[in-house]
Amino acid sequence: MFDSIFIGLEQVFHLQNIIFLTLGVFMGIIFGALPGLTATMGLALLVPFTFTMAPATGLIMLAGIYVGAMYGDSIPAILINTPGTPAAIATTFDGFPLSQKGMAQHGLVAAAFSSSYGSLTANIVLALAAPPLALASLMFGPPEYFWLAIFGLTIISTISSGSIFKDLLAGTLGLMLSTIGMAPIGGDVRLTFGFTDLQGGIALIVALIGFFCLPEILNSVIGQRKRTYSAVSVKPSFKVIREVISELIRKPTLMLRSSAIGTIIGFAPGAGGNIASMVSYNEAARWDKNPEEFGKGTIKGVAASEAANSAMAPGSLIPLLTLGIPGSPPAAVILGALMLHGMRPGAEMFTTHADVTFSFIMGLLVAAFLVTFIGSFGSFFFARIINIPSRFLAPAILFMTVLGSYAIRNSMLDVWIMFVFGIIGYISSKLKFHPAPIVLGLILGPFAEEGLVQSMLAGGASGSVISYMVFRPISLILIFMCLLSALWPLFAAWRMKKRQGLVSQEDANA
Amino acid sequence: MKNATRLFTMLFCTLIFAVPNLFAAYPDRPITYQIPFNPGGQSDVEARRQQPRLEKILGEKVIVQYKPGGGGSIGWAKMVKQRPNGYFMSGINIPHIILQPLARGNAGYKTEQLVPVALFQATPIGLAVMKDSQFKSLSDLVAYAKKHKGAVTCAGSGTWSGHHIAYLQFQKAAGVKLTYVPYKGASPSVAAFLGRHVAALWANSNDLFQHRDKIRVLAFGTEKPFPPMPAVPTFKDQGYNILASIDRGVGVPPKTPKNIIKTLEKAFLSISRNPQVKQQMLDAGFVPLEMDAAEATAYIRSKVVEWAPVVKEFKK
Repeated sequence: MFDSIFIGLEQVFHLQNIIFLTLGVFMGIIFGALPGLTATMGLALLVPFTFTMAPATGLIMLAGIYVGAMYGDSIPAILINTPGTPAAIATTFDGFPLSQKGMAQHGLVAAAFSSSYGSLTANIVLALAAPPLALASLMFGPPEYFWLAIFGLTIISTISSGSIFKDLLAGTLGLMLSTIGMAPIGGDVRLTFGFTDLQGGIALIVALIGFFCLPEILNSVIGQRKRTYSAVSVKPSFKVIREVISELIRKPTLMLRSSAIGTIIGFAPGAGGNIASMVSYNEAARWDKNPEEFGKGTIKGVAASEAANSAMAPGSLIPLLTLGIPGSPPAAVILGALMLHGMRPGAEMFTTHADVTFSFIMGLLVAAFLVTFIGSFGSFFFARIINIPSRFLAPAILFMTVLGSYAIRNSMLDVWIMFVFGIIGYISSKLKFHPAPIVLGLILGPFAEEGLVQSMLAGGASGSVISYMVFRPISLILIFMCLLSALWPLFAAWRMKKRQGLVSQEDANA
Repeated sequence: MKNATRLFTMLFCTLIFAVPNLFAAYPDRPITYQIPFNPGGQSDVEARRQQPRLEKILGEKVIVQYKPGGGGSIGWAKMVKQRPNGYFMSGINIPHIILQPLARGNAGYKTEQLVPVALFQATPIGLAVMKDSQFKSLSDLVAYAKKHKGAVTCAGSGTWSGHHIAYLQFQKAAGVKLTYVPYKGASPSVAAFLGRHVAALWANSNDLFQHRDKIRVLAFGTEKPFPPMPAVPTFKDQGYNILASIDRGVGVPPKTPKNIIKTLEKAFLSISRNPQVKQQMLDAGFVPLEMDAAEATAYIRSKVVEWAPVVKEFKK
């Protein structure tokens, strides 16, 4: 196997291949950064070009795009509060407050470095332990997906806007929005109000742009007539790069935990990276010594989110390469590319085609390094974007929001939906609602519904639905985690009280 | 005389300006090829394979445009509203275009509004179990299911889809009751099956072919044995009259002129006849088709007649 690793590395460092890899990373960053363009689209567009290339070269280029896109989506998340893809939602929580404080470069460098870190960790796992992990990934069935979705929903208790009632309300709204369109099971058409275009449901990215990006523009630029998008202008410097990277290196638990969460959620086929970053952010805030820093602009929050969503990418390739089951939409495109080159994922990838497979894996690995490099130097350029006066920047962003909403499905209805959501988002932000629970509900609703109905069907056939859903090893772990996560705020409040109690006692003693 | 000249001039002008399309050779500008699914899916792979060849034959650019959602219905609803001038065509999939209007009432289009140009690929549907399953043959499964009503779970992609209708037809033909667990797409259902969360799987030939080492295909819904796996019997061989497959083709909006359909039909069929294209399809577990517009229309009609009563019976 080590021979294959070296052959793979040798392949990647062929001049031609490294050029294609760098090109791929650049393209990926662009596709990731523009809301409405996704990693999946970037890959699908390039697959025909790889027909004429040698299999290794083509796959190395695809690896570059995939890894680049996983970082690229953090750029608009940090600068303008708009996740480039749904996977970067959690990046906005701390990324945008950072750039409001004039620390956009800190956020960008933290995102680049932790993306690389997550990607690297997951790649090492992929190269060393893919076959056994793939078998574990098959243990995820309908009950596990249901509990995973419920666990995801408990995150609402952490991303709190101060009022758990408001958060639950917002989460419920998200769940209800997720029922629009075709039912995942049963195929009934629901709540389309006669618009045939709504049969496809609400596109996630449209909701993201509407709820995250528009309210921010309306609020800060139009509402308060700010001259620039952030109060403090950014002065990028090399010192920042050094500081951020050395600070993150000194937090191995945070980085490793985030990467592990990303890898694990990535290899459960279908769950994808959308919730990996949320779960990781949630855990980072829970276990941190100063949880109150989260949400106000800390590089720890950005790092937790980005390390997880980048680790998800190689994670989703584990079931693809070993079993032939794509764990995410981009992985599905890569499956198509492998088949067109005459390879059959799931059978011969680690034997007959080991050289090509390891070129691909090493491509992912080297792409991860390139991301730090390009991201750090790119931060000088990207960070300055928010120094542009609002009267130029705001129209440009508005233009991009329309373009992005339209591009995702070539649908004008999506643009109108985006505007409606933007206005709802603006009003609700005035009422101190956080948009994250809405989007979380929208993401997790279909998972929960599908998992529940499938479990009831399969459980009904086996005799007892309850025992089918509960008495399975992963289900039990997830149920335990749901309880823990849901009750955590109570525990945290109690601990806080106890600490304050101690402090006041000490005060009394003094 | 003066009037005659005027009349002639008017006629001449009308011919030149008002109906230039009569004289311009079709096509003279880029053609949009809509894929009503996400990029990277099998319909997209086929379109991308055809795109450069179509451009060579037709002499114009072919632009692939995605319009996913509703299992394809959003794209097809869009197509029936397009101008029938040959510059907009869309991938069509059977049984989707037949079952969606039957099951949903208003899917945004009617089956007969999608005018087929050609069908170029069939994906036979098969029923499979794991290699170590107690069911060594279809008759084993039927015998067990007869004794244990609803105990055999089978996964498939979607409701009122090709897999679902094959399941309904099989239940009826064999006089058994299984439990169908629908998944959102083929790959999640394959994953659930390989993870042993269900006992059997309805799947497309390419997926079954891909996982052939781990599974046992009990039957294919084909007339003749499926070429890449000739040892697997068909449902018909075993006494169940079930023909099930997902067929891919291309269609144009209603009222598209005959000559335009002919031009496109010729282009698509010449690609289908290309031995290299055929071999690539077979290698991936598909069956190449060369069905022209007339055959495709007749085929779709026969399927409407076959499926309408099944949907009516099971849709409460």
